[in-house]
Amino acid sequence: MGQFLQQLINGIQIGSIYALIALGYTMVYGIVRLINFAHADIFMFGAYMGFFLAPVMAKIFGGAFIPTIIAAMLITGLLGFIMEKLAYRPLRYKSRLSALITALGVSIFLENFCAMPFVFGPTYRAFPSMIVARNITIPGNLGLVISNVLLLDVGVSVSLMVLLFWFVNKTLMGKQMRAVSFDKPTASLMGINIDVVISTAFIVGPALAGAGGILYGTTYGMLASPFLGIWPGMKAFIAAVLGGIGNIPGAVLGAYVMGISEAFATSVNSNLGYGIAFVILIAILLIRPSGLLGKFVPEKV
Amino acid sequence: MRRVLAIILVCTLIAGVGVGCKAKAGVVNLGGIFPMTGASATFGTSSKNGVDMAVEEFNAAGGATIGGVKTTVNYINEDDTGLPEVGASAAQMLINQDKVIGIIGAVMSKVSLAIGPIAQAAGVPEISPTSTNTKVTLVGDYIFRACFIDPFQGTVMANYAYNTLKVTTAAVLYDNGNDYNKGLAENFKASFEKLGGKVVAYEAFTDEAKTVDYKAQLTVIKAANPAFLYLPNYYGSVALQLKQAREMGLNVPAGGGDGWDSPDLVKIGGAAVEGGVFSTHFSKDDPAPKVQTFVKAYTAKYNEPPDSMGALAYDAAGLLLDAFKTCGSIKGSDIRDAMKNTTFSGISGAYKFDENRDPIKAAVIIKIVNGQQSFLTTVNP
Repeated sequence: MGQFLQQLINGIQIGSIYALIALGYTMVYGIVRLINFAHADIFMFGAYMGFFLAPVMAKIFGGAFIPTIIAAMLITGLLGFIMEKLAYRPLRYKSRLSALITALGVSIFLENFCAMPFVFGPTYRAFPSMIVARNITIPGNLGLVISNVLLLDVGVSVSLMVLLFWFVNKTLMGKQMRAVSFDKPTASLMGINIDVVISTAFIVGPALAGAGGILYGTTYGMLASPFLGIWPGMKAFIAAVLGGIGNIPGAVLGAYVMGISEAFATSVNSNLGYGIAFVILIAILLIRPSGLLGKFVPEKV
Repeated sequence: MRRVLAIILVCTLIAGVGVGCKAKAGVVNLGGIFPMTGASATFGTSSKNGVDMAVEEFNAAGGATIGGVKTTVNYINEDDTGLPEVGASAAQMLINQDKVIGIIGAVMSKVSLAIGPIAQAAGVPEISPTSTNTKVTLVGDYIFRACFIDPFQGTVMANYAYNTLKVTTAAVLYDNGNDYNKGLAENFKASFEKLGGKVVAYEAFTDEAKTVDYKAQLTVIKAANPAFLYLPNYYGSVALQLKQAREMGLNVPAGGGDGWDSPDLVKIGGAAVEGGVFSTHFSKDDPAPKVQTFVKAYTAKYNEPPDSMGALAYDAAGLLLDAFKTCGSIKGSDIRDAMKNTTFSGISGAYKFDENRDPIKAAVIIKIVNGQQSFLTTVNP
């Protein structure tokens, strides 16, 4: 029982980081129907921003975590904005395949550019520790251990998600986003500035990924190389598909399902761990092809 | 007239060959093949330094006595540039042109695998200082190596944990996608259980370059309550594994193999890796007088302390020359037999070969103390 709960906790922690990345995939897809493969690299960029900014922020503000995460979100938001402007906007009315290939190109460019020795470099980096890790043993005979870093991960991602739901559902910009997602030409006829809406999606999504990057760095304390985004990015993308791509609560649910099934599968058999996690995903998608919360839209012929 | 000329020509040729076959009085050639240029040039330089030193000392000590003639050794170093084909042609040259009595080399397993069949066919003994791939010495009975093979480290750490740390339960967490990690893990488990210990958790993950979260496996390990944690992985993932283990309250001693041997282990792992122990080939801090004499002589000669490469190359050359001296013959088969039965005592331990010509010898155990690598002990197999 103790181990079961501990694995659940482990899964929730991984799931929180996946969720922040998955939200960016799903938001961009919802609005421009583009799978932004470079999103995983924005996550990586955010993590490296934390690496460079944390010592500076600690000097200026005393405490580093909150200013660093805000600064990293601003920078990755800006990066997303520039990326959309330079790479995706010129192709908006071209075939969707061109944009997809461009996304792959941007991703490969970011990884390899950042891996150059004078940019971030290809070697291991120890992430500055902004939070002193402390263990909290839960009273009782289950032997559960929760670290303050875990609470921070879950706390930050849940509050960012709540903020995002509020933004999408309660603000005027959110309403415009939903309208564009629903029907782009009609929204445009209603006087919505589509360029602004798309840019906003490309700022908000990457900003969340940037926050995810900081949490990743804080949790694991190491940045292996500028290729570190690929694997979590892949899992988050699958989580977004699992939850129903384009659906914001779906991405969060998918991410937690992904994290928790991964932890449990690994605990059952560590050799097959990831494999089992993916089998679960395939099973769910076989039963619900549009994802857990995705709407099934029959195509009219 | 033409016939006479032809006969004279043939005679000269035969005479010439005869002279060529007779070794120059008092000097024989020893060959070396190392990467002196290319990506692993520093390995080659260290290795050549080690061999040069061994040869110099051998000659200064009077060399060998072959058929009543005092014989010294002339060392010929060839560059393999890190490529198997270049190494192979270097081996051909050393054997056919320079008539070497033996070859020291190469550094990389793939190059050793390319020169092995050539040396084997010519009947010239070859000893690689640092090629760890199991297949290298399986090429034939003229091929030796001076370093222990990877799986052996698992056995060493099992002995250390069971006999020195006195632990009876252990857990293993390893990368199942890499032969190095797998070999160490399997051998640790087998040896530890043979000694009477119990491996209570044997957990794997796939690809340490991609994995950062080991909490699921560590939770299983913690529930099994081991007294020792064996992590035969590379420094980056070891640092993460130990950090997460400590974070979860799994505070048992940890150990690993030479994949830990990097300053980055402490840089990333910080306090979590403190007290960790790992096995490796050689430590310049080993207080044994023999090692310290070597370190001093090497440092004086090359202005830098020796690394594992230099020490193992020094041992490989020393071992071959010692066998040469013992058998008192320049015939490849005699030197080979002498090497097979060697009891050479080198810088990195006393040598004895098993049936595959892989050495059975001591490993060095290093402990992380105050964020520094410090020599702990030597463990015999």
